[in-house]
Amino acid sequence: MQAPTLDRSPDTAETTRKLRVATASLSGCFGCHMSLLDIDARITELVKLVEFDRSPITDIKTCGPCDIGLVEGAVANSENVHVLRELRANCQILIALGACAVNGGLPAQRNHLDVGEMLEDVYRDIDEGLPCVPDDPELPLLLDRVRPVNEVVRVDYFIPGCPPSGDTLWKYLTDLIGGRMPRLDYDLFRYD
Amino acid sequence: MSIRNSFTIDGERVDFEPGQSILQAALAAGVFIPHLCFHPEFSAHGSCKLCTVVVNGRNGSACTIAAMPGQEVRSDTPELNQRRRMLLQMLFVEGNHFCPGCEKSGNCKLQAMAYELEMFNDHFQHFFPDRGPVDASHPEVMLDRNRCIQCELCVRASRDIDGKEVFSLAGRGPASHLVVNAASGLLGDTPFAATDKAAEVCPVGAIMVKRVGFTAPIGRRKYDGASIRDQIEHPAPAQEG
Amino acid sequence: MQGLDDTLGQILTAHRKDPRRLVQILRAAQSEAGWISPEIAAFLADELCMPISRIHAVVQFYAFLYDRPVGRYRVLFSDNIIDRMLGSVALRQHMQRRMKVGRGAVSADGLVSIDTTSCTGMGDQGPALMINNRQIVRLTTRRIDEICDLMRDGAPLEDWPSHYFTISDRIRRAESLLGTSYVPGKALAQAIELGPQGVLDDLRRSNLRGRGGAGFTTAMKWELCAEAEAETRYIICNADEGEPGTFKDRVLLNSFAERIFEGMAIGGYAIGARHGVIYLRGEYDYLRAPLEMKLAAMRQRGLLGTNVLGVPGFDFDIEIQMGAGAYICGEETALIESLEGKPGRPRIRPPFPVTRGYNDMPSVVNNVETLCKVVEVMRIGGRAYALLGTKQSTGSKLISVSGDVARPGVYEYPFGVRIQTVLDDCGATDVAAVQISGAGGMTLAPHEFGRRIAFEDVPTSGAFMVFNRSRDMFEVARNFMHFFAHESCGFCTPCRVGCALSASIMDKIAAGLGAQYELNELTRLGAVMRTSSHCGLGQTAGNAVADTLQKFRPDYERRLMAGDFAPAFDLDAALERARQVTSREDAQAHLEGVA
Repeated sequence: MQAPTLDRSPDTAETTRKLRVATASLSGCFGCHMSLLDIDARITELVKLVEFDRSPITDIKTCGPCDIGLVEGAVANSENVHVLRELRANCQILIALGACAVNGGLPAQRNHLDVGEMLEDVYRDIDEGLPCVPDDPELPLLLDRVRPVNEVVRVDYFIPGCPPSGDTLWKYLTDLIGGRMPRLDYDLFRYD
Repeated sequence: MSIRNSFTIDGERVDFEPGQSILQAALAAGVFIPHLCFHPEFSAHGSCKLCTVVVNGRNGSACTIAAMPGQEVRSDTPELNQRRRMLLQMLFVEGNHFCPGCEKSGNCKLQAMAYELEMFNDHFQHFFPDRGPVDASHPEVMLDRNRCIQCELCVRASRDIDGKEVFSLAGRGPASHLVVNAASGLLGDTPFAATDKAAEVCPVGAIMVKRVGFTAPIGRRKYDGASIRDQIEHPAPAQEG
Repeated sequence: MQGLDDTLGQILTAHRKDPRRLVQILRAAQSEAGWISPEIAAFLADELCMPISRIHAVVQFYAFLYDRPVGRYRVLFSDNIIDRMLGSVALRQHMQRRMKVGRGAVSADGLVSIDTTSCTGMGDQGPALMINNRQIVRLTTRRIDEICDLMRDGAPLEDWPSHYFTISDRIRRAESLLGTSYVPGKALAQAIELGPQGVLDDLRRSNLRGRGGAGFTTAMKWELCAEAEAETRYIICNADEGEPGTFKDRVLLNSFAERIFEGMAIGGYAIGARHGVIYLRGEYDYLRAPLEMKLAAMRQRGLLGTNVLGVPGFDFDIEIQMGAGAYICGEETALIESLEGKPGRPRIRPPFPVTRGYNDMPSVVNNVETLCKVVEVMRIGGRAYALLGTKQSTGSKLISVSGDVARPGVYEYPFGVRIQTVLDDCGATDVAAVQISGAGGMTLAPHEFGRRIAFEDVPTSGAFMVFNRSRDMFEVARNFMHFFAHESCGFCTPCRVGCALSASIMDKIAAGLGAQYELNELTRLGAVMRTSSHCGLGQTAGNAVADTLQKFRPDYERRLMAGDFAPAFDLDAALERARQVTSREDAQAHLEGVA
């Protein structure tokens, strides 16, 4: 489980290069992204160190080569799989961000139900009582079970929390960017 | 206390009363050893294995090994804590431990141990168990078997203190699960009461008294402010010499 | 229901309405009703004055007790790797197709259910199956077809050709145990001449060690039990021979039972026990009636009962209690729990059974073979006995040889025999590996065949499974890992979860989805199980994986994928249910396997 570390050696010419960071939300609530904004004024310090690639913050839709990928949300459908794979393929380091990404979270609470019956119950014609599940090819299909991201791709780091607080994120990311093994003090380490 | 009734944990001297286990003596002396299935008011169970220590070079559960003069115990070491973290991860993936949606969050010993041991993720493939729907048949208490960690504290409390024997652990291996003493299989059809000891000892959110969840706001729950390591529940005085 | 209540009433009376006989009562009730229905569970809970949850706890623990209906013919294929090597999987699938029933399911008409079970102790004459507690060996496609016809006709098992149920001993090599004649009562008479202390002294001189695998000195075990303060003591014979690949106790129980009984009686005399219990594994149910008859004959001869051999006050008798499909009950404290009518979960030790065992009384638990050896010690004397074998491992050892050999069966050797000697004798050629002492034992590679079977080198409970070079040692280890995941009692975290996780990682590797990462995971899990588990099952469950990873690594590596990670499940298959309810088959409705 050796996680890759960012090359911050002072000998390289790239030391001053800004790190490229991608973020994505799979099946989640965007709460973790909100926490990212919750670092408040510190975001000005952050943008001195990093620049954002694919992210809801930049509205860039596809991911280029990045140093760090932050993934919020669980893997619940085929689109989530595509997005997650794209980030994994492009990011040197991939971080599972928040409860849903780390262990499935709220979306995974449907895992004891049959996804077919669930869809037919939810999409039922009110007048006729018959199931009418949308079948547009544009819509991603649901997986039978919702998975944490590390059950679908290799993940390097995990930040628990629902959501992790702005302070937690700040501490974790500045540790990582600074080339330190991230540690969270007791008051920053939360699963809820 | 004479030298004869003492041993060491990680080099630190711990005195003990004859009859105490290593864990009892350690907790009484304020030395924390992670544990889940042990409770000061009950006889040792030795199933969670979180308290596994190395005693004179041999692995064993601190809760079931009698304290003996001169023992050299190793507990708070990187290797043992890594092992404990893996045991916690096993417990997390085996059940459904979704903290943000659990009323026990903040007061949960499983969660508190995981904080204490800095468990960043569940690591292993999740089992997503389906041990049946939440049993809400009882007017005052609900039972969520998917949160159960099989410590049998409720089994012991109901049998040994409440005198009701409401709970049993049935099945085998990963299929082990809690059953209740009713032909219907429902908690509501047992003589269980919210005031029973068994309602209070559950370390996780499997047995929850209704209508009291989320009463303490985040920040004021048991393990919000201080780690479980710093909140050792002192054992009752040894019952016999 | 009235008729059933009467029958249950009789069963309860036969067991004195004793809650500690719950496993026996449930077995008897089930043989009448087919399964333990909620009504039966409620009736028994009522009559035995125990919570119904305790009945559920027991029924759901034992593999041979059922809380839902099973087929009128209940077919269980032995699923040890040896049975598989002999073609058991294809035979089972053939029967499933013919009877139109899935694995683990009951046919629509309720006629038959087909499933697998852990090793049934027929490794020398498999593939084997159990049908309603009877054993059928040497299965072929033709015999499966005949069985299917008989089941379709609804023929009672008593009317089936009797040779189906013939189990041979297959003794291939005999020494001091299997090769010497036996005069009933002679050893016991010798013991009485020596007196209780004299028996213990002679036993100590023999340095006899337990044959179950752990090798505890028998004399010390007996002495500790004799010294414990108590009114009652017990001699328990562990006939729960569940270790995959072992069957030597089956042969002893079949053809040397009197020696077992006499060994128990000698134990009773030496430690002052009046009661003996044989805990017979459920798979050996067919041996029960013959054993009861032999016990009756022993009583008639005055070798059991009151004033045994005319010695006033020496009362000793033996009863048989049945297991119900739980490997863990071979662990002595789990066995005792089972005898007391509970799920077989190992107790916390200490206290050891010698001070607090069956019914909380001091108890000696000895292996079947050990008890036979006691008779031998009495016959020739402890000093003479100690001359055979090695200094630390005296006497002879029975070895159950199975797998890729010309002559499978039971071989008796003096301790210290080299692995290669056994291989030569049983006609094994081109051997790649030998699995010693069952699923949790050692996997030996050819460079180790010069090692000796002895407590100080290669200890064994008796299993000796041979694999030639055509075999895949990864599949051997995978079979064993699934065995442990199935048999883990579930008491402690590392074994309950660790075995299941390890088995699923082995499945992932088998599916070609494993990487180096998974091999490391197996090693990590194995270490936690070995160091933290409550009993020997969990402590040894990872051995075969660890050994084969070290000695047969290419069998793992050729399955590894090129990348560094793949999901353990098929992502495209995970969309299947959603495709069904949307009737979609467009390109977007699918996912490729690996990114």
